[in-house]
Amino acid sequence: MSLDRVARERLVQALAASVIEHADELTSLDQAIGDGDHGLNMKRGFEAVLAALPGLADKSLPEMLKAIGMTLVMKVGGASGPLVGTFFMELGKALPERPGRADLVAATEKAIEAVKARGRSEAGQKTLLDVLVPVHAVLAGGGDAKAIAAEAVQAADRTTPMQALRGRASFLGERSVGHMDPGSRSASLLIGAAVETLEFEVNP
Amino acid sequence: MSNVGIVIVSHSPKIAEGAADMVRQMVGDVVPLAWSGGDVDGGLGTNVAGILEAIETAWSPAGVAILVDLGGAETNSEMAVEMLPEDRRARVLVCNAPVVEGAVIAATESSGGSSLAAVKRSAEEFYA
Repeated sequence: MSLDRVARERLVQALAASVIEHADELTSLDQAIGDGDHGLNMKRGFEAVLAALPGLADKSLPEMLKAIGMTLVMKVGGASGPLVGTFFMELGKALPERPGRADLVAATEKAIEAVKARGRSEAGQKTLLDVLVPVHAVLAGGGDAKAIAAEAVQAADRTTPMQALRGRASFLGERSVGHMDPGSRSASLLIGAAVETLEFEVNP
Repeated sequence: MSNVGIVIVSHSPKIAEGAADMVRQMVGDVVPLAWSGGDVDGGLGTNVAGILEAIETAWSPAGVAILVDLGGAETNSEMAVEMLPEDRRARVLVCNAPVVEGAVIAATESSGGSSLAAVKRSAEEFYA
């Protein structure tokens, strides 16, 4: 997979749009079981990412991902900033400039491990890891773009009956059951946007 | 001054500033002290840049103890510590303690010249 400058710019725009267009939805999910700032925080972060275009797309893919991660860390706030930012930064550190599927599998695994360490969390605790981990399994198992996107959506849905064990929602105990995890939803949106853009680049 | 510095991080700038006021009243000027509260737009939240600035302000060769309130404050503080220059990283610790009580206890311990480890231990006795 090789992304030229135009493709990198398109990828950044798609990632940002996926979060910004769903900011209200993310906020209402977070109002149910968190502090209600997830939509606004993520929107702020990705608006800062957009503001770094077009220069951002001049960088190589790994450098661009690292820069996105750093921007999210500095701008998002909340626990999501360091978590989502770490994912992008580690992905950038681990990916070669022209990654193949095996590179993508290995790099996302490293990035997921970094998110686990940053949040001291594992899948099953109603966090973005409940999307990242199963989506990674589909990617590693050879699933195509459609399968990956579908798993991202379903995995976020599967957080609804879970009880939160990390983050602000964990204070609610059993009352966190019955609401989708906002961080899982935003991760799912980002993955959906990435997959759609990348598939377009591979099979326009 | 070589007493351990204290940094207070809260989602609310008012809580962070108020806790810092209480610390200052207890220990005066012998402890380097700084706070960070709020997101980058000034709303409730925490931000890495603000925490880095507070660590810089409260910097001491003896190290810095950070007191935090809820989850994001901890995650952002740990992120900030990792972004410090390598020679400073090991000398900044995030305490697992209640933010107000922990900050007062930590600062009192620091004002007597205790080490960073001792300051952290005292603050964390609240949860022991």
